[in-house]
Amino acid sequence: MEKPVLSVENLSLDFHLRTHILHAVRDVSFDLHRGRTLALVGESGSGKSVTARSLMRIVDKPGVMVGGRIILRTQGREVDLAQLASNSPEVRAVRGARIGLIFQEPMSSLSPVHTIGSQIDEVIRLHSGMDKRAARARTVELLGQVEIPNPAEMADRYTFEFSGGMRQRAMIAMALAVNPDILIADEPTTALDVTTQAEILDLIKRLQTERGMAVLLITHDMGVVAEVADDVAVMRFGRIVETGTVDAIFHAPQHAYTQRLLASTLKLEQPADARAEAVITPQPLLTVKGLTKVYGGAKGFLGTKKFALKAVDDVSLVLHAGENLGVVGESGSGKTTLGRLILRIVEPTTGQVLYRQKDGTEIDVTALSKSDLRKFHADVRLIFQDPFASLNPRMTIRQIIGDPLVVEGKLKGKEIEEKVAELLRLVGLSPDVMERYPHAFSGGQRQRIGIARALALDPRIIIADEATSALDVSIRSQILDLLLEIQSRLDLSFIFISHDISVVRYFCDRVAVMHRGKLVEIGPAETICTSPSEDYTRALISAVPNPDPRNKRMLHRTRFSALSTST
Amino acid sequence: MLNYILKRLVYMIPTLIGMSIISFAIIQLPPGDYLTSLLSTLADGGAPIDPATVERLRSQYGLDQPIWIQYGKWMLGILTRGDFGFSFEWNQPVSEVIWSRMGSTLAISFAALLLVWAVSLPIGIYSAVRRNSIGDHVFTFFGFIGLAVPNFILALTLMYVSFRVFGQSVGGLFSPEYVDAPWSLEKLWDLILHLWIPILVIGMSGTAAMIRILRANLTDELSKPYVTTARAKGLPEYKVIVKYPVRIALNPFVSAIGWVLPELVSGVTITAIVLNLPTAGPLLLRALVAQDMYLAGSFILLLSVLTLVGMLVSDILLALLDPRIRYN
Repeated sequence: MEKPVLSVENLSLDFHLRTHILHAVRDVSFDLHRGRTLALVGESGSGKSVTARSLMRIVDKPGVMVGGRIILRTQGREVDLAQLASNSPEVRAVRGARIGLIFQEPMSSLSPVHTIGSQIDEVIRLHSGMDKRAARARTVELLGQVEIPNPAEMADRYTFEFSGGMRQRAMIAMALAVNPDILIADEPTTALDVTTQAEILDLIKRLQTERGMAVLLITHDMGVVAEVADDVAVMRFGRIVETGTVDAIFHAPQHAYTQRLLASTLKLEQPADARAEAVITPQPLLTVKGLTKVYGGAKGFLGTKKFALKAVDDVSLVLHAGENLGVVGESGSGKTTLGRLILRIVEPTTGQVLYRQKDGTEIDVTALSKSDLRKFHADVRLIFQDPFASLNPRMTIRQIIGDPLVVEGKLKGKEIEEKVAELLRLVGLSPDVMERYPHAFSGGQRQRIGIARALALDPRIIIADEATSALDVSIRSQILDLLLEIQSRLDLSFIFISHDISVVRYFCDRVAVMHRGKLVEIGPAETICTSPSEDYTRALISAVPNPDPRNKRMLHRTRFSALSTST
Repeated sequence: MLNYILKRLVYMIPTLIGMSIISFAIIQLPPGDYLTSLLSTLADGGAPIDPATVERLRSQYGLDQPIWIQYGKWMLGILTRGDFGFSFEWNQPVSEVIWSRMGSTLAISFAALLLVWAVSLPIGIYSAVRRNSIGDHVFTFFGFIGLAVPNFILALTLMYVSFRVFGQSVGGLFSPEYVDAPWSLEKLWDLILHLWIPILVIGMSGTAAMIRILRANLTDELSKPYVTTARAKGLPEYKVIVKYPVRIALNPFVSAIGWVLPELVSGVTITAIVLNLPTAGPLLLRALVAQDMYLAGSFILLLSVLTLVGMLVSDILLALLDPRIRYN
């Protein structure tokens, strides 16, 4: 076998924090081969991103490289990057030219005040010494290669005129501008929709084959790994616990952590065992009729007509008592707005939301007065996506969970404390944590606190908006199981908004598919996920990565033709 | 872009009308008028006052008419003849009094602004990039001193030092022998010798504030992913910083143009009095005290216009600097 283009040997990195030194990466070794993809897998905090960045010597401030070798074999020479100063001309000649980098945030990884073209021109001119005109011609050619329509014209546009998928394409064009030998892709598709993710992964694969590059793919998504990787290295707490070919890792994992990681991924591939059958009553708990929300459309300055956007377009659905209804769709499909409209946090333009109260009478939420709306909000609660931003950092856990109870005003002092303790036990936390602040908790624990807060007023419906999207896979299934367990004990229904189809399939009885504000299809979760009747749903489902390298679903996906305009 | 500027110009019209009404109303607020304060000054001097003369003067100046008629006449004069009324105090048309002062005001404020930029830009970048280094702490220390020391105290200190150490004549913009002399190289040199104190004093707190703002903004920008992207391209470190995060952190610099004028006139009046500067601040103060209403009103109006123009200029520059503003 050909010598690897890059070898990392016993790499160690420390973070010098204020109080102590954190050993972020310990004795990590791996090889990158031309034409092959190595996936570095691990959960957040495992040190995978900082490992990747150290290959380019762009580790941020408190991080320090304390040992190891990074041997780059290109152009017939062998260089140990670890020996060079991080800002030396030799290292800068490697960055961008021999190693390209793309990373997660397509929204902020390009400068907002320079045109896309000028940012790509810059790399080309820096490393190849072309003049302005030749560099721009190359840029346009590259943008064409990453399938950006009208590349010559788009090169003069700014990043905010590009969608997330387009920005990631531009980023890839930039990383590949000088034909690097290695591409580092750090969570390149995590922030993208499944369909866009499939397209970007396709694109990387195609360019890799054309150029014979080595790719280092960093991800926490085992599905993506199974679809595109050749080799896998599993990282945990700064160490590589297992390496092997993708087939070996998926079908004969040796290390307990790898097995656990796979188990929690595979678990989400089928419906939960603990699902109680929902009772379909003739009288639904919540009825949504023709709900529409139009943004804009008003006349602007000098009578110019502003563009009107139908965020939610004539959506009708019902929710039965004890039922879990999933709402899936790509970003911009209106699923979050739908959740807000049901709660009337956002005023609907037209349409009705009918809610059946405990006594059996039906009320129209869209016509409620302020005080009645408050009562409605006690019955219907919201759980947010971001467990870090949704808890006030200056309030203790007792204040956070007790807040709805204080506002309601029925309970006093000691009673509130008892209720909070009970809620904490319900979500699997010890009541002892009551006096602590949110920063003391991990993401999963914070989401439990958010759930406890939502449960404080004994609600009947919970709207969970991407409630598990920010969590690692293993925590994700724990939280879903927690919600199911709570549901089996209390009289609860869920509206579960998510872009993650496997989560919805695991958790929900019925699924509604949304696309550009419209409800495309609604039906039992199994039917939607295995044999959907609409083309759009079929395209969406087939773009979901399958965590089995022997059955690569994504590469043989059906494409929805009307979709091509979106990226 | 043209559309944007046009839109901003159109929006300025109602603002200007509102401002003119408010400035006229403000100068009418204190009880009495120019004659009352003139009479009390005369009475203090023991001069006899003839009520008939008072009435004659009052109708001559139009002070016996209702306020809106006075306002209407004033506006009509400005719009049709460029006539801002007559200064009772100076016995001159207001426009002549103002223009002589406005030139020096603009010159000093512009020079102070340049000083603020020239000093705070490099220091701000240094402080943000080498955060918590010794250099940063030193600059921070002096920055806070600059923020905390009242301008007029600094002015007095500098005057004392330059008089004692350099034997310079201080105060005003020229030495006595050059005040009425025609322009010459010597006079220009004399002006420069006098100018550095007011510019330093006036620019000081602005510089300190700007360093803090730039440091905070740039610190936020430095950790953004696009900086990593630029670094991953293989750019040298100074270019990474100057071309990307600094460009975006520059917004407050440009915004500063808008408020530098009103700041100079209303904020540093005390400094201007201490330094005996022929700028607008002391003149406005005197006009207000003496109830020289047309002079005071014209000043307030003119300052409002300058502020609006400054805002417009800074907004246009911002739009040039940041395409996101341009396209919204």
